[in-house]
Amino acid sequence: MTDNAPRFWRAIPQRYNLIGTHCSNCNEYYFPPRNVCPNCRRSAQMEEHKFKGTGTVVSCTTIYSATEDFKRQTPYHLAIIQLDEGPRMTGQVISGPSGVKIGMKVKPVFRILGKEGERGIIYYGTKFAPLEG
Amino acid sequence: MASGIISYGVYIPRFRIRVDEIARVWGDGEDISEGLRVYEKSVPDMDEDAVTIAVEASRNAIRRAGIDPKRIGAVYAGSESHPYAVKPTGTIIGEAICTSPNFTAADFEFACKAGTAAIQACLGLVSSNLIDLGLAVGTDVSQGAPGDMLEYTAAAGGAAYVIGSSDLAAEIEAFQSFTTDTPDFWRREGMPYPEHGGRFTGEPAYFKHVTSAALGLLRRLDRVPEDYDYAVFHQPNGKFPARVARKLGFSKEQIEPGLVVPMIGNTYSGSCLLGLAATLDVAKPGDSIFVTSFGSGAGSDAFSIKVKDRIEEIRDGAPSVRDYISKAQYLDYAMYAKHKGKLRL
Repeated sequence: MTDNAPRFWRAIPQRYNLIGTHCSNCNEYYFPPRNVCPNCRRSAQMEEHKFKGTGTVVSCTTIYSATEDFKRQTPYHLAIIQLDEGPRMTGQVISGPSGVKIGMKVKPVFRILGKEGERGIIYYGTKFAPLEG
Repeated sequence: MASGIISYGVYIPRFRIRVDEIARVWGDGEDISEGLRVYEKSVPDMDEDAVTIAVEASRNAIRRAGIDPKRIGAVYAGSESHPYAVKPTGTIIGEAICTSPNFTAADFEFACKAGTAAIQACLGLVSSNLIDLGLAVGTDVSQGAPGDMLEYTAAAGGAAYVIGSSDLAAEIEAFQSFTTDTPDFWRREGMPYPEHGGRFTGEPAYFKHVTSAALGLLRRLDRVPEDYDYAVFHQPNGKFPARVARKLGFSKEQIEPGLVVPMIGNTYSGSCLLGLAATLDVAKPGDSIFVTSFGSGAGSDAFSIKVKDRIEEIRDGAPSVRDYISKAQYLDYAMYAKHKGKLRL
């Protein structure tokens, strides 16, 4: 048995399709989604927004010593990505032969994010890959 | 009412291993790639499986023709490597391409022809007006035991087809199937790798079923191979489709655009559908395509397809099969073993 099913299930829209929110009052985008716009508070007009998923790497690192579940993938790249609409998020970047660099343009790809061992849930969601190549 | 392909999309992982590299490890000699007529095969990344490949192919299919995914009333995913034994691949695809929840889904399994069986099911629902559009997917990260002949060809890839009855890119004029109980290839529950009957997979399995379905359809339509511009046959290796084409009377030129196995290997449920996609990538309006899949166990589905004017409008909306084939990053056997989970940590 797993206790993680509800936690994973709630995040499916964000993980699969980068569903966040947008305040049409101040034109601010939020990812992960916010129910309240901190700029506009009561006058906020929040709506669901599906992010394009394209963005720019603003910082990155390479993981050589990973936790148990990610050992097989080392070395792999983590990056802070600024989505084209504005918000920043942390994500794994599937690098091509050229590796990952600050300023690199990226696009979303659908991948396995993790697995609960041999028997548990497989977590799918969005990672990033270089826009070109 | 005419029904057929509204759009299509493909996905092939970027990693490749050369057949000669596998032969080097197992000491099988350098002529094995010539014998199989397969020179390299696609390998999934460590975080790719039949679901991620299906989602990427389906998103390409949606993007290619600007389809509203809320119109999709059925998602049928064919694979012999569904990551869950119980928990449908189709539900994950539906959520990932943003369908409405009002669709029916089921996972299909029929060795390498589960994808064409999914197309048939969608055609039934569309033609009888029970749904607007159906999504049929063939996807696999196929397995071959280390040192087994299957390891030289077992590859990864997939194709997705949106089936409908308006704005057709290609009409499916008719199809015919041929199915018998033939134990040529199987994988038992819980086993990591399939088993096969060696040379028995040839004459009594592949050739008998492909020729029976193909000849049955040609006779029913009162046509001959010369009536078609292109032909696609299931591609477990480079030899079988060439031989069956010759046997049926199709030429080398007719099968050439759809013969992708020499560069990417056997993508199982994706194989025939990737061959069809590669043919649609180059076909012109008015062209006719003859397609016959094969699934061990065993059965074949033959289709007669007529390309429509709409193909020119949608063709460049998503990457072609050749686009994916050209993006290759090569692995040695050690990295390949790591990618395929053949190393126990």
